[in-house]
Amino acid sequence: MSARCTLVPSVALLARSATTYADTPMSYLHTYGPAGDPITRLGWGLGTISIAVISVIAVLLLGGLFRHRTERASDDAQLAVGREGGGMAWIYVGVGVSTVVLIICMGWTLVTTAIVLHPPSTPALTVQVVATQWWWRLRYTSANPSRTFTTANEIHIPVGQPVRFELASVDVIHSFWVPQLSGKMDVIPGQTNVTWLEADKPGVYRGQCAVFCGAEHARMALEVIADTPVDFRAWQDDQLREDPPPGSVTVRAGQRVFQAHCAACHAIRGSDAAGIVGPDLSHLMSRRTLAAGSLPNTPGNLAGWIADPQSLKPGAQMPDHLVSGPDLTAVVEYLNTLQ
Amino acid sequence: MTEVETFRAPLVARATDRSRSSQILEQNWKGPGGIAGWLSTVDHKEIGKRYLVTAFLFLLIGGIEAAVMRAQLTQPNEHLLTAEQYSQLFTMHGVTMIFLYALPVLSGFSNYLWPLLLGSRDMAFPRLNAFSYWVFLFAGIFLYVSFPLGAAPDDGWFNYVPYASRAYNPGINIDVYALGMVLLGISTTVGSINFIVTLLRLRAPGMSINRVPILIWGTLTASVGNLLAVPAVSLAFFMLWMDRQFGTHFFDVSAGGQPLLWEHLFWMFGHPWVYAIVLPAMGIVSDGLPTFCRRPLVGYTPVALSTVTAMVLGFGVWVHHMFATGLPAIAMSYFSATSMIIVIPSAVAVFSWIATIWTGRPVFTSAFLFFAGFVILFVIGGVSGFMTAAVPVDLQLTHTYFIVAHLHYTIIGINVFPVVGGIFYWFPKFTGRLMNETLGKWTFWVMFIGFNVGFFPMHILGLVGMPRRIYTYPEGLGWGPLNLIVTLGSYLFAIGVLMFVVNVLVSLKRGKVAGDNPWDGPSLEWSTSSPPPVYNFAVIPTVASRYPLWEARLHQGDDRSSTRQGFLLDKGRETMGTTSLDAEPDVILKMPSDAYSPLLLALALAALFVGALLHSWWLLGAALVVITLASIAWLWPQRSLSQIET
Repeated sequence: MSARCTLVPSVALLARSATTYADTPMSYLHTYGPAGDPITRLGWGLGTISIAVISVIAVLLLGGLFRHRTERASDDAQLAVGREGGGMAWIYVGVGVSTVVLIICMGWTLVTTAIVLHPPSTPALTVQVVATQWWWRLRYTSANPSRTFTTANEIHIPVGQPVRFELASVDVIHSFWVPQLSGKMDVIPGQTNVTWLEADKPGVYRGQCAVFCGAEHARMALEVIADTPVDFRAWQDDQLREDPPPGSVTVRAGQRVFQAHCAACHAIRGSDAAGIVGPDLSHLMSRRTLAAGSLPNTPGNLAGWIADPQSLKPGAQMPDHLVSGPDLTAVVEYLNTLQ
Repeated sequence: MTEVETFRAPLVARATDRSRSSQILEQNWKGPGGIAGWLSTVDHKEIGKRYLVTAFLFLLIGGIEAAVMRAQLTQPNEHLLTAEQYSQLFTMHGVTMIFLYALPVLSGFSNYLWPLLLGSRDMAFPRLNAFSYWVFLFAGIFLYVSFPLGAAPDDGWFNYVPYASRAYNPGINIDVYALGMVLLGISTTVGSINFIVTLLRLRAPGMSINRVPILIWGTLTASVGNLLAVPAVSLAFFMLWMDRQFGTHFFDVSAGGQPLLWEHLFWMFGHPWVYAIVLPAMGIVSDGLPTFCRRPLVGYTPVALSTVTAMVLGFGVWVHHMFATGLPAIAMSYFSATSMIIVIPSAVAVFSWIATIWTGRPVFTSAFLFFAGFVILFVIGGVSGFMTAAVPVDLQLTHTYFIVAHLHYTIIGINVFPVVGGIFYWFPKFTGRLMNETLGKWTFWVMFIGFNVGFFPMHILGLVGMPRRIYTYPEGLGWGPLNLIVTLGSYLFAIGVLMFVVNVLVSLKRGKVAGDNPWDGPSLEWSTSSPPPVYNFAVIPTVASRYPLWEARLHQGDDRSSTRQGFLLDKGRETMGTTSLDAEPDVILKMPSDAYSPLLLALALAALFVGALLHSWWLLGAALVVITLASIAWLWPQRSLSQIET
């Protein structure tokens, strides 16, 4: 994009950023759930007070500057010097008013802290998140072991219910952040941090790792998809279903390639692939993105990613050129059946 | 001889730089000159200038790094830099600006100005002063040596473990940072000690503690803060280096180590450090504004006390960098409240500056424009900090470009603007020549507009969710247009900085010749020549008020300060030691002559750290031997210092 064609929209964006959110999926100027909304209200409140303070000070400063300006400094003659006293009322009044505003803000902050740190009701659903360079492993737990499953990078939650997240890291510090639903919670190795999310309305909420975690920190995104309770139940059932055995010859060949080259790291439920280093690929094609939110999940992107992950995400643990040529076509064909 | 020399009744005389007695002083204080003089000088003015120039060079290097990063971020999916290059750039940019520019540049001002403001002939420990500079220079070079090799520190200036541990970062990158920071910490520590002792012992007779300029309060407060804060970070980096090189487990999760221990130690240091790099700069403004507003500062005492208060509170706020780490709510609420209360001392300073401008008669010089512009930038940086102090709001703001905006408003707004204004103000004292005022005013507007266009939109970028430390971002997030504006604005700001550099270089040779006191300033540095003679003052001044050169016009009391008549102290390098609070004359201090031992010790210390970095144990051993010898040479008793009985 040239400078000319971006400047105009950028001014427009500045003007609209408070009202239009579809263009800015990471914006938390407006949020969509009880874990984020009180923060958003407090943020707007403190932001408004801050802008008011800046405006008042700017007016006072400009007033002071042009009130008694000394026109020219003469080079040799000594200038007049004002007396030492006077002006203290400014400090008394200014600090006094600031203190009153400050105390109100502190009270509001404490109340909001108490509200957002804990969900209003006990969450029925717990998702265990394991952050690792540079993707998210997700484990949906359940009292019934047969309804427990593992997936990656795409979190589904039912709307209108708080969901508990247990955050762990197996390598470095990351931070779990879905701005339109809630604030951040760091993911720190050696401890399990707990947070919660709740969405008021169905939709896709983008998230991203927020603590620098190595070279590809920029490409460690995730998505939270809030479904109606019925859709969520259907999604869960889909995830629990075993992927069908391969039908066509190519797909069978693809599965063999996968087993030979990919299964050491990746698992697919219902097949012999049971690696745990990389993301679980069961029902891969039901996901919207690849490589932790880096690419839209299309067969073309999938083939490109498998052939050459290091050019998109240098340093990722997945090596380049594991499969190529007809093997690549076959393995993509196979993965395409994992709906 | 000791008794006679240091407790003799000193001669009181009337003298100026032009007097015959001053020739004796000139001989006593003049160094050998040439290369030898350059390497061995302990003159605080030389050292101060070196600090200023070196810190400014680092500012330019850090600025180039920023410019490259901005090019990468101008639009989505840019491919100018690799992820690893970007990591090294943002790390070195932060390290450079925070450690190699922001504090050293203030040390430069303070080293040059303290003895002149206090009416002394040097700092308390001149050789330690030289040592402090050399160690700073070598630490800076040390931190940069691995950059051309593509192995610079790459985990951010905050250097969180475990990413900084050997398992995830096996190269030399982090070792360079760890050892470089321990080395730099030595410089900061000895420099701080020097400032504190100088304040307590080397003020002119009569300059009681409530008469020192606010810059002195700022640097004193920062120095005490550094003494308490630097050990935390030196220890943390040493522990990290031990973990990396010798398999200790301070931060090793698999052996029960704690990543949060690093965060606590780092921010326990990091936040006080932030105040250390702004309080002296606020002092520059508090001392500069009165000169250009033609009246004393409104509320000297509250401003001095608020300086100290901010620093004290600054030790109780570090957890606001860690609100998202899962700490208990009660602990976070405490740190949140302390962070917010800093509004109060900040408000004292802001309303004092506004009252000084409002009740004064401002003279619109370049320096004044920078000071006045600083006031509004201070407020913007202050209120954004206030927003991040609120725990829940910070859970959204932290780790985003909102914080990047906030910290640049504090470091550029509260450090760079006063520093540039301070150079305009004191350049005639440093060099004897004035800077170009017309170019100066243009420079202010280019820097002020460029800065706000470049950095204000970063707040909005943060609010629309752009995280920090990402080397690229996809389309469709709405970040592209704002990033373009940020890049263009920051380049405009860079042009302003270059205009300033050109002004300095041209004015050095061609600037209008300044008299002793071109701005009609009130404090002692304006009573001596521009540039000052090597001995600073022909006689030790006596001080009767906060504004010695304005007394006649302020009509306060009957006592008058005296800059022409005072203790001559011409038997060798001498200055007056005074009592800590009231500044009663107490003892004649014998000051050391120029020496190579500080340079030698600093070189050996640098070699020690290079040896440790390369695991070159013979180099490390040799360095230890030289360190011992240099220390003995340094401390060897000298007759000229009355350390030998006769």
